Amino acid sequence: MKSDISTVDHEREDLLVRRIKNGTVIDHIEAGEALNVVKILGITGSTAESLSIATNVMSGQMGKKDIVKLSNRELSKEDVNRIALISPKATINIIRNFKVFQKKGVEIPTLIEGSVRCPNPGCISNTNEPITSKFAVLPNGLRCLYCDSVITKDLTSHII
Amino acid sequence: MSFESAIARLGGTSISVSSVEACSIAKGETLADTIRVVSGYADAIVIRHPKEGAARLAAEFAHVPVINAGDGAGQHPSQTLLDLYTIRQSMPIDGIDVALVGDLRYGRTAHSLASALSLYGVRLHTISPKGLELPSSLVETLSAKGMEIIEHDEITDVIGQVDVLYVTRIQRERFPDSTSYFNVASSYRITPELLASAKEHLIVLHPLPRVDEIDPRVDALPHARYFEQSRNGVPVRMAMLLRVMA
Repeated sequence: MKSDISTVDHEREDLLVRRIKNGTVIDHIEAGEALNVVKILGITGSTAESLSIATNVMSGQMGKKDIVKLSNRELSKEDVNRIALISPKATINIIRNFKVFQKKGVEIPTLIEGSVRCPNPGCISNTNEPITSKFAVLPNGLRCLYCDSVITKDLTSHII
Repeated sequence: MSFESAIARLGGTSISVSSVEACSIAKGETLADTIRVVSGYADAIVIRHPKEGAARLAAEFAHVPVINAGDGAGQHPSQTLLDLYTIRQSMPIDGIDVALVGDLRYGRTAHSLASALSLYGVRLHTISPKGLELPSSLVETLSAKGMEIIEHDEITDVIGQVDVLYVTRIQRERFPDSTSYFNVASSYRITPELLASAKEHLIVLHPLPRVDEIDPRVDALPHARYFEQSRNGVPVRMAMLLRVMA
């Protein structure tokens, strides 16, 4: 399967962001959301992955988009679905030996576990209890499965 | 107390932990661990906790049935069952007009009752001080289910239309000073004069304890059903306990 990351247009982007040998390329991220994608994946400066980020790259389909390249890590289905919350049009390209091994879209999950903090300070999920936050995904946002608080705006500010 | 009365009347016994100091929570134990331990001591757990969602957490860790007896400003479902039972004693619930009065933002009894009433085609009227309105997320959820929810500024706007007046306590700590509290609380006070323009069959309910929300002169009127409502807590909770342990 051929990915548009290998097209001529994207070769220009490769001048900014080098091709990777093995790992994951997250393409078609909404412009400006790349850092939130990295955040939702739990990648910090102290994690082992080698990471490249391109923001506001020209895109035929989207006008502008962001791209994240992640060396030596293939995203799991759960990781991919978490990205769907903030960038539902993102595509995931699994790269092996410089070639696209697999390409998939993201699917919005029905349950989000552990990656979003409940906005209600009185919620039991915001204490030292041995639980992770759990949210049901609604058409217009997320509902905390502990206290029923609903997040409809500014989801990224609630990402842990 | 009504749960203790209920289990005693069923011939059972209860172990009550009424304060944090009396249990291992004071030593820093998590609620999850407390629940795991108590699961080994009892056939059911009835929990009231200051954090929203505590009962759901308890249900995840318990090996026995858990009943939510109030979680912070979240829900109070056992109160709702006895509220419904008390309304049902006076009238069919379907299609009636119910007014919720008071602190509807933090009042967990109002949240649970509003949700339950949405199953009966009830038209809901809300009257609350600014900032203490029914949570918008709950209003959206119930409206999406088709419930008609009408917000009013004054009780007098709606007193002649409703079948049930459900009054909740406005807590002093929600206001910056005593004067603000008294000004607001007095404007939501239920009096015989206010009830003079109510429907004859209107009933006044309150989850109790009350402070100043209902004039004591109302107690003698046929509208007053809050003490009967409180008494109903025992048989309703007996039924709940039997149901979960049978």
